[in-house]
This record gives sequence, C-alpha cells and structure tokens, in this order.
Amino acid sequence: MRLRPPVTIEQRLRRPRWLTVAVPVGSVIFAFLVAALVLVATGHDPISTYHQLFDAAFVQRGSLDQTLIAATPLAFTGLAAAAAFRMKLYNIGAEGQMYMGAITGAAAGLYLGGRGGPSPFVIAAMVVAGGLGGMAWGLIPGILRAFFRTSEILTSLLLNYVAGLILTYLIFESESYWRQTKGFNATVFPTGKPLPPSAVWPGLSFNLQGGIVLPLGAGLAVLVAVFLWFLYTRTRFGFEAQVLGDSDRAARYAGIRVRRKILAVMALSGAIAGLGGVSQDGDFRHALDGDPNGLQKQGYGYTGIVVAALGRYNPFAVVVIAFLLGGLQNAGAALQGPSFPSGLVGVIQGIILFSALGGELLIRYRVRIRRPARPGGVAPAQVPETAA
Amino acid sequence: MNNSLAVVLIASGIAYGTPLLFASLGELLAERSGVLNLGVEGMMLVGAVTGFWTVQRFHAATAVTLLLALVVAAVAGAAMASILAVLVITLRANQIVTGLALTIFAGAAGLSSYLGNDLNLADQPAHHAFQAFLPNSMQNWPIVGPILFGQNPLVYFSWVCVIVIALYLSRTRPGLNLRSVGESPAAADTMGIDVTRYRYVHTLLGGAFAGLGGATITLAITPQWVDGITGGAGWIAIALVIFAFWRPELCLVGAYFFGALQALAPQLQARNITLGPTVLWTNALPYLMTIFVLVVVSSGTARRRLGAPSALGVPYVREEH
Repeated sequence: MRLRPPVTIEQRLRRPRWLTVAVPVGSVIFAFLVAALVLVATGHDPISTYHQLFDAAFVQRGSLDQTLIAATPLAFTGLAAAAAFRMKLYNIGAEGQMYMGAITGAAAGLYLGGRGGPSPFVIAAMVVAGGLGGMAWGLIPGILRAFFRTSEILTSLLLNYVAGLILTYLIFESESYWRQTKGFNATVFPTGKPLPPSAVWPGLSFNLQGGIVLPLGAGLAVLVAVFLWFLYTRTRFGFEAQVLGDSDRAARYAGIRVRRKILAVMALSGAIAGLGGVSQDGDFRHALDGDPNGLQKQGYGYTGIVVAALGRYNPFAVVVIAFLLGGLQNAGAALQGPSFPSGLVGVIQGIILFSALGGELLIRYRVRIRRPARPGGVAPAQVPETAA
Repeated sequence: MNNSLAVVLIASGIAYGTPLLFASLGELLAERSGVLNLGVEGMMLVGAVTGFWTVQRFHAATAVTLLLALVVAAVAGAAMASILAVLVITLRANQIVTGLALTIFAGAAGLSSYLGNDLNLADQPAHHAFQAFLPNSMQNWPIVGPILFGQNPLVYFSWVCVIVIALYLSRTRPGLNLRSVGESPAAADTMGIDVTRYRYVHTLLGGAFAGLGGATITLAITPQWVDGITGGAGWIAIALVIFAFWRPELCLVGAYFFGALQALAPQLQARNITLGPTVLWTNALPYLMTIFVLVVVSSGTARRRLGAPSALGVPYVREEH
C-alpha cells in the first residue's frame, strides 16, 4: 500500500476576499527574494541592485517621466491581453497588432497633418486609424480561430514576426511613404518621416521632479480601461463573453453566437493594442520607428501578457500594474551596463509571474499538512471530503 | 550538380530543420503526457546560451567539449522545464499562461539574454563547432553526398532520437502508459500508473530536447551567440507537433520542410534571385507557411485531429473529475 502524501491540496469552498490581495502581494515579495538568489548566484549584490532599480524607476529626477513613457504602451498591451484572455482567447499577438497600429496611425498622421499646433481632428483620425490597423491584424487569428478552429495562440504569435518584418521593410528595405527620403541623414541611416506638428500628441505637464509629462496615450489607456470594465461587467456582451470563457458548451446551449463573439473579442483586443502603437507614433517617437533595435526591441506586447496576468485581467488593476512594471522596465533600460546586466528585468518579471501563477493555487485550493503516520501503524483515516 | 538549388535546399533544410526536430520531439513527449509546454522558445534559448558558454569556457578536446556542451544545454533545458512542471502539474496553474511566462522569463529579453551579457558571450567566434565529419569523397557523391553524408553529427543523432522515440511510444510498456496518461489520466491512475510522475518525467525530457535544439543552433548552424537567436523556432516547433499529428516520424518530415523554408532566404540572396516583393516575402515565408499549414490541418478533412491527446492542457486532480 502506498503511503499517503503528508501534504494534501483540496478545493476551497469559500474564497476569502483578503486572499485575492494578499496572494499577489506575497507573490511579488517572494519573486524579489528568488530574483535576489539569481543575483547572488551571478555575483551581484541584490540590495544595492534593488535600491538602484527603485531609484531609477520612481525616485530620481525625471524617473517618473520615463516610467510613464514605458508604462503607457504596457497599459495598452496589458488591456489588449486582458480583454481576450478573460474570454480564454489567448491573443499573444499584441506585439504585432501594436506595430500595425503604429503603421496605419502614422500613415493617417503623415497624410492629414499640417503646420501649427496639435489638431484634435488629426489626432482623432490617427487614433481611429491605429485602432483599425491593430483590429485588422487581430482579426486574422480571430477569423482563423472562428472558422477553421486554428489555435489563435500560434497564429497570433507567428504574425508578430511577420508584422515586425513588415515594419522593418517599410523603413529599411523600401522607399515607402513612411520613410524619410530627403535630407542628408536619410542617406546615412534610414528613418521614418517625421510627423507634421499638428499630428504630434500633446501631453499634460506637471511640475514635479523637474517636470513630468503625462502623455495623451496614458489618458487614452485609462479611458479604455473604464470602457473595458463597463463592457465586461455591465453589458450583455460582457456577460456572454464571460459565459463563453467559462464553458464553450454552456454558451452554445444558451444560444450565444460563439463565432461572432470570438471575432468581436479579437477585434477589440487587436484595436486596443493598435492604440498602443499609434500612441508610440504620436506621443513618443513622432515618426514610424522601423528600427529592429527600436520599438521592436522593447517587447511591450509580451510584457503586456505579464501585466494582464498579474492584474488577473481586471482592467483597473492592469493599469496600476502597467505603471509598476513600466517602472521596472524603465529602470532596466536606464541602468543597463556592466553592473546591471540586460535581461535582468525580464527575469524578475518572469519570476513575479511564476509566483503569481503558483499563488493562484492558494486562492483556489487549501493546502493541508497531515501528521506523518506512526511507523508500523495504520495510516490515519482520511477526513471525509465535503462537496468537492 | 551538388550546387544546384534543389540539392542545397534539401541539404541545408535538413541542417536548419534539426533544431526544430529536437524541440518538436521534446514537445511531443510533453504533450503526449498531457502537458502543453508553450515555454519551448525560452528553453531553446537557455539551451543555446548555456551550450555556447560551455564551448567558450572549457578547454578540452573538441569532441569532449562539444559533448559536454550538449549535456549542459539539455540539463539547462530540463531545469527550465522543471519550473513549468512544478507550476502546472503540482500547482495546477494555467498551462497556457505558465508556458508564456516561461518564454518571457527565459526568452530573448530574459534569462538567456541576462546570461549572454553577464558571461560576455556576444560577438565572439565559437571555439568549437559541430561540422560535417564524414570523408570528403563520400560528401562529394552526386546528390546523396551533401544531403546524407555532408551533415554534422547532431543530424545523425536526431535520426536516432526519432527512431528511439517512435519505438518507445509504439512498442514499449512505458510508452503505452505515457499515451494513456495523455488520453485519460483518470483511467491510467486507476490502472496504477503514476500520472504525476509520468508527466514530470516527460515534461523534463521535453525541456532537455528543447535545450538540445537550442544548442544545435549555437553549436552547429550559426556558431555564435546573439540575443533571441532562435527567432521563433520554438513556436514553429510547437506548431510542427500539430502538423505531425503527434507522431515523431512526421515531425522529421515537417522539421525538414520548415528548415528548407528557412534556408530559402539566404540561398536565394546568395544567388541574386528575388522572389516576389524582395526580402520581405522570403523572410516572412516560414511564418506564413506555418500559419497556412496550421489552418489546413486544423480544419476540414483533418479535423479528426489524429493523435491529439484528449487530456492535453488539462491538469489532473484525483477525485475532481
């Protein structure tokens, strides 16, 4: 007879509310402890590294400004992932959908923009164009999933590489509409054509830490979060999407049109990621960035998945976590050098996510520790399980 | 004749396809046990970087160093897989999100890049690399020479792996047990098969194969280290398992097909042939073809999903089913 394991895991009948806060917080603390082990193992001092990290993310002069720059795209990609993952549609194509939004948004800005200050009309057109670009790219895996049952995980991911190749092609390998072809610099290094002044997005300035600019995109991301929250908790669409996420079969029996929902959710998710792309043009880069070491090196789309999972797909939590992880990302970029290896930020993010995923178990299940059976004795009778 | 495009494409397709083959064999083992491992890309990168580190740091005879590098890469891949295994098998975390998390953790902007930078591996020529080793006279035989005899030792090793895994799945008791764990863990459990142990062992084995696949890139194909050197090969390997209907021998065919597609762009460039709208098209071809074949396989006639383990992606909890 096999011995009973000393630790058993059983389903919780009730999920205490405090756990849904305590577990993520505990996960983050645990993650930093584990990452400290990685640092020690590779010969770095964890305390000074973390201190530097925190300083560069939130404390130093100008750090909050940089953190907002990193957090804005993460809020968009995080919300894009949250919108789809909530329905168990695993759209991991936010990266490519963001590039597409950047391409179409930049086209609108270049075409419509003119001299003078920021024009609400041009900016609105850019937002619409960027959203549509991301939506179109997101609909490809959506259509394949809805009509051919092809896994959206693989198709959306593979399309990221294609979108990246297109982005590079437009600036580096062709004389496209987006590329700067005039001037001396254009012959030295290929760049995107700068957006006309009226297509550059304004920001809200604060007099803190020597000047912080809240980008327009950050405001837009908050609006999107409110919209998503409303959509998923207050509308029929949101309810049906939830049902579909919980049980495909129940949704079909309830007469929910599954195909339509898949298409709508993928379109929505892609559009949000596309907004992140156009915000890159309008808020920060002021041209289409096709450099393989520029926008494409940031991996905002993938980090967005971490953001969404840590926020447990709640739109407001996603925005807050985007800000925190944006700080981490910014600090990683600012500190990169011999004493602060690149990739460390990805490692920390990954470990945080692992502990959050493992911690999920503590929310859903209860871990019981049994006393070991006395040697030679009979194993203690199992406590009868109440409804599992 | 040996320089004709067809022969070169087949020969380099086999070489380029070998990392895909190793990784997809590993994925196949994990999936057959019911664990969907989406962390392959990350595991490959960690295998690639640790394997390359080994050849740079250990000064022994080439054969010994390379063998050691393979072992290190496989162990590193298995170590990555053990994180995934604990989370999805013991802690019952969502397999899809956990796999993605592993790729983010280990991938191009994570651990592999951290190690590559911290150990100063970038932009260094490799001290040792796998090369074709059979006598030149054999390699020069028309057609079969470059294709069959001009390959590096890892290619032949991968053939052995395909045969061993195919026999393991179809002709041995543990192979049968493995398949039943993937199809119906509850039934397997009733028969006294340790579901958890089977899942752990095969997920770890899968990680070891992914690590080997990554090392094949940095030790044989492009002997150097660059961040994100796999360029999505891990994802193509996952897709390959689906095309191959979860069969090792079909993984081999698929891997060589995609290997040839990857070899196409540099070969065409070298011959000054342009295909469609320039480089964009040829570079994007492997990704687009993967999507196309996925669609064909997952719809219509192939909908029967030959071979997909029924319990794929579902955590097994005794008394909860």
